[in-house]
Amino acid sequence: MKQKNTPLQKPSLFFVNKDKEALFSKKNRALLSDPMDDNNPITVQVLGICSALAITVQLKPAIVMSISVLVVMAASNVIISLLRNLIPNRIRIIVQLVVVAAMVVLVDQVLKAFAYDVYKELSIFIGLIITNCIVMGRLEAFALANKPWKSFLDGVGNAAGYGFILIVVAFFRELLGSGKLFGYQVVPDALYAMGYENNGLMLLSPMALITVGLFIWVQRSRNRKLIEKN
Amino acid sequence: MNRDSNSYTFLFAAIMVFVVASSLAFTATSLKSKQDENVRKEQMQNILSTIGIQTDRDGAEKLYNEYVTQQLALTLEGESDDEVNAFKIQLGTEVKKPVEQQRFPLYVAEVKDETFYIVPLRGAGLWDAIWGYIALESDMRTIKGAVFDHKGETAGLGAEITQQWFQDRFVGEKITDANGTLVGIAVSKTNNDPLGNDKDDHEVDAISGATITGDGVTDMISERLAHYTPYFKRAISKPVEEIMEETSTEEIPSEEAQTIAYQN
Repeated sequence: MKQKNTPLQKPSLFFVNKDKEALFSKKNRALLSDPMDDNNPITVQVLGICSALAITVQLKPAIVMSISVLVVMAASNVIISLLRNLIPNRIRIIVQLVVVAAMVVLVDQVLKAFAYDVYKELSIFIGLIITNCIVMGRLEAFALANKPWKSFLDGVGNAAGYGFILIVVAFFRELLGSGKLFGYQVVPDALYAMGYENNGLMLLSPMALITVGLFIWVQRSRNRKLIEKN
Repeated sequence: MNRDSNSYTFLFAAIMVFVVASSLAFTATSLKSKQDENVRKEQMQNILSTIGIQTDRDGAEKLYNEYVTQQLALTLEGESDDEVNAFKIQLGTEVKKPVEQQRFPLYVAEVKDETFYIVPLRGAGLWDAIWGYIALESDMRTIKGAVFDHKGETAGLGAEITQQWFQDRFVGEKITDANGTLVGIAVSKTNNDPLGNDKDDHEVDAISGATITGDGVTDMISERLAHYTPYFKRAISKPVEEIMEETSTEEIPSEEAQTIAYQN
């Protein structure tokens, strides 16, 4: 209550402004949950489609990619949010790019030193994170105008929404395309003996689009909010 | 200071570049030794896996010292150059030297009284470098095992050369014909023996959609092995026919393994 009399609080550089909001207030929880459904970066905003096509052939790379995107997005969102009152407006996109690129190189180097197998698994995908429009999109649309903690939640939420779709699509593509999950055969040999064949088309990119399309269909039939009114 | 002024923009950009560059340089240099260690152990791990010894990276060094008895740096004439540490030769830079100055690393391993000769490979795929190791049995013509790796081949197509099912196709193939002339192994799209039962045809089945990477593997094998021919010719004292009889029982991959490989 004392705070009410103090004039104009300075914008805090730190994570939480304790007087105002609980860490996981309803609004903050929405930052995490919205991108999972109502505002999913892939199925609703249709961002990050290219990487969703490229790495959903198997489950394992899809999961590794989701985790690295999550780390990079959360970290770069926080950094941009901390700097938001310092960044010159005219070069803000360049600054965002530099931050994302620096984070990706850092992740790459740290993985190479401490988790060499994951590094090998990711190899080319890690560079793809820089080109992922979701990362830049969230920096520009959210982190530049919000406090670090909220930006952190927004980054985690959007990366989770992205990763969720990636993993669902990869699950069906690997299961129907190779009869495997995580590289282990799950379709029983007896089924192959009865004439079942793996669907080779599932391994190619067009089926990733179609799978995402089917997912959007299911999502919209369940979530009335997403249906456009004429 | 006005955030929209030119001088502020320049100042901000300069500071940002300095901070980012120095922090990246710091990370890269401070992690360098750990990264090199990983690369070194992986090299040992790869060499071991060509002769059928599977190990994790941490165990690689001990097993490597146990099994690999000699590391030779060969000259073009097939002599061993004792002044060069074969393990430290970086093929990527070595192949750019004039061929007379190049040294060709060869690893000799002994497992249960059997001798294997392991040749490192390096060539070009579709996008970037490809490399690997190929192990020959004591007759110096039958392939014991092969591993391949790449820098930037297309995932799902060219990158499949790193997969076990592709590398297994090389097992048992011969690199020379009956007269001892080097033929190499062709990664072939017109292979009329897709199950790989004929181990004397100098061909393995290619990967669909990875023609150029496959051709790169073909070229890499014949180009690199050609430089070892003088050494092999000298080292073989027995006539070829005798050796062929010895190795008549080939390791043919099981039916099941083949079925799985072809579903891929």
